[in-house]
Amino acid sequence: MTINVYFEDVNVGDTIPAWSRKTDFMHWNRYAAVNDEFIPIHMDDEAGRAALNEQGAFGMGNLRYAYIVNALQDWMGDEGQIREIGCQFRAINQKNDVLTVTGTVTEKLVEDGEHRIKLDIDVVNQNGDPTCPGHAIVTVPARS
Amino acid sequence: MTDSAPDTLVTDDMIERKGVWGSERVSPPIAESDIRKWAIAVYWPETPPAIFWDPEYAAGTRWGGIIAPPDFNPFAWPIVTPKDKAAKAEKPKEKPKRKLRGMNGGQVETYGVPMRPGDVITMRNRLRDWEERETRLGLTLFSYSEMEWHNQDGELVKRRVSTAILY
Repeated sequence: MTINVYFEDVNVGDTIPAWSRKTDFMHWNRYAAVNDEFIPIHMDDEAGRAALNEQGAFGMGNLRYAYIVNALQDWMGDEGQIREIGCQFRAINQKNDVLTVTGTVTEKLVEDGEHRIKLDIDVVNQNGDPTCPGHAIVTVPARS
Repeated sequence: MTDSAPDTLVTDDMIERKGVWGSERVSPPIAESDIRKWAIAVYWPETPPAIFWDPEYAAGTRWGGIIAPPDFNPFAWPIVTPKDKAAKAEKPKEKPKRKLRGMNGGQVETYGVPMRPGDVITMRNRLRDWEERETRLGLTLFSYSEMEWHNQDGELVKRRVSTAILY
């Protein structure tokens, strides 16, 4: 059992540990294999260029979403639970981009018997561009 | 004939479907190996957390066993029969009022109980609502679709509200 975060130890303004991946076909093809997401724009540079992305094939929005899930999971530990994630896909995930999930605590509350933490989240690329701004709500254990 | 600007991008088909749940889809039973492979793919090249692949470890957590990441998709790799393909090909489509461009406007997912090995998930979808307004793209339609997943015990697993932007 891994408890990484107790409700009492979290403060508004805290940031979660940055969670990063340098993404390319090795990541995208594995995700395509488990999600049955064999779409040419994610697999073939010519198809990516035909879709007006000069750099060729580009990454899946769903995988970027998975990275947000992973960052929250790794921060909370296994006793926590993600209750909500909302985000907008704002920029393309280009090949070899380094994507980093960021999160900042905005609110703490006890609701429906759960200790909930609200966060602003994003996935930024190596240039610091926000590619997936949004929010999350998680529940974590309390000491008392 | 010119492609004149319509007063609305809302189609009769949308009005008919608004708020009405479509037919349900049922997933195959979730296998422990499906969860393990999913976790490996989304955590690549690092090792995923043991809660997704180690039954002994997972038994000692609050969940009492392996659970799936909340973004896990039990509907991947459906068996599509020739009959399914024929039905899809025959489905009549209403022509839009003009040729539309689309963007993914984002999504909000809320999660209930986690998915576990052996679970069978039922999915249903509906067009929940829409709004239409003038933007810098011209007349723009914001269409909100809702999807729900329930497990075999009727418990809510996930609700997703996604926004499609059409202009």
